[in-house]
Amino acid sequence: MRLAQHMAIASERVTATAIEATEFPELSQAYRVSAVPKVVINDRVEFEGALPEPQFLEAVLRAAGEPVREG
Amino acid sequence: MSILQPRDEEAVRKEFQRIAGPVKLVVFSQELVAQDLCRQNEQLIKEVAALSDRISVEVLNPVVDRERAAAYGIEDVPATVVEGARDYGVRFLGIPAGYEFSNLIDSIVAVSSGEASLMAETKSSLATLAGDVEIKVFSTPT
Repeated sequence: MRLAQHMAIASERVTATAIEATEFPELSQAYRVSAVPKVVINDRVEFEGALPEPQFLEAVLRAAGEPVREG
Repeated sequence: MSILQPRDEEAVRKEFQRIAGPVKLVVFSQELVAQDLCRQNEQLIKEVAALSDRISVEVLNPVVDRERAAAYGIEDVPATVVEGARDYGVRFLGIPAGYEFSNLIDSIVAVSSGEASLMAETKSSLATLAGDVEIKVFSTPT
């Protein structure tokens, strides 16, 4: 959640919501949460586990439909 | 009985020395839907807020305060919005305990200044975003 919330602070376009999975079983089921942390961006791109900042950014850009710089 | 132990309070107070401006924690509670969770969440948020005079708390009911809930995009309870000089879009759904507790504290300090701790490349990429990005992070307390 740390990277997500800092991205929300950096950009007016970004919102970050931390969801306590066990308190929201229906939501967790809808997003097929089986391992945590699980990150879902724009309901399009998802991954499990923590990613380093450059890869997290890449996932955000991909979810937003932005061109992703290779490398 | 308080949720935070004296040891937790001491650690949080230390973090809160870095608070640079006012922070508002907007809590959405609806006891008819989730009484225990909403009460625990409210208590935790109020205990955290009591550790700094820069933090205020507002408790809203999404049914009664429907327009505010819609403006914040809140549909479930308990929920907490961490707001600084503006609403940066930082929300916690459920009780921010365990791992999420440190993120709550970190987000309070970060919104107080509006300064994101990110690499310069990340900030410049985010500045070019043409569309909205909604990030959900599912976690468990342990």
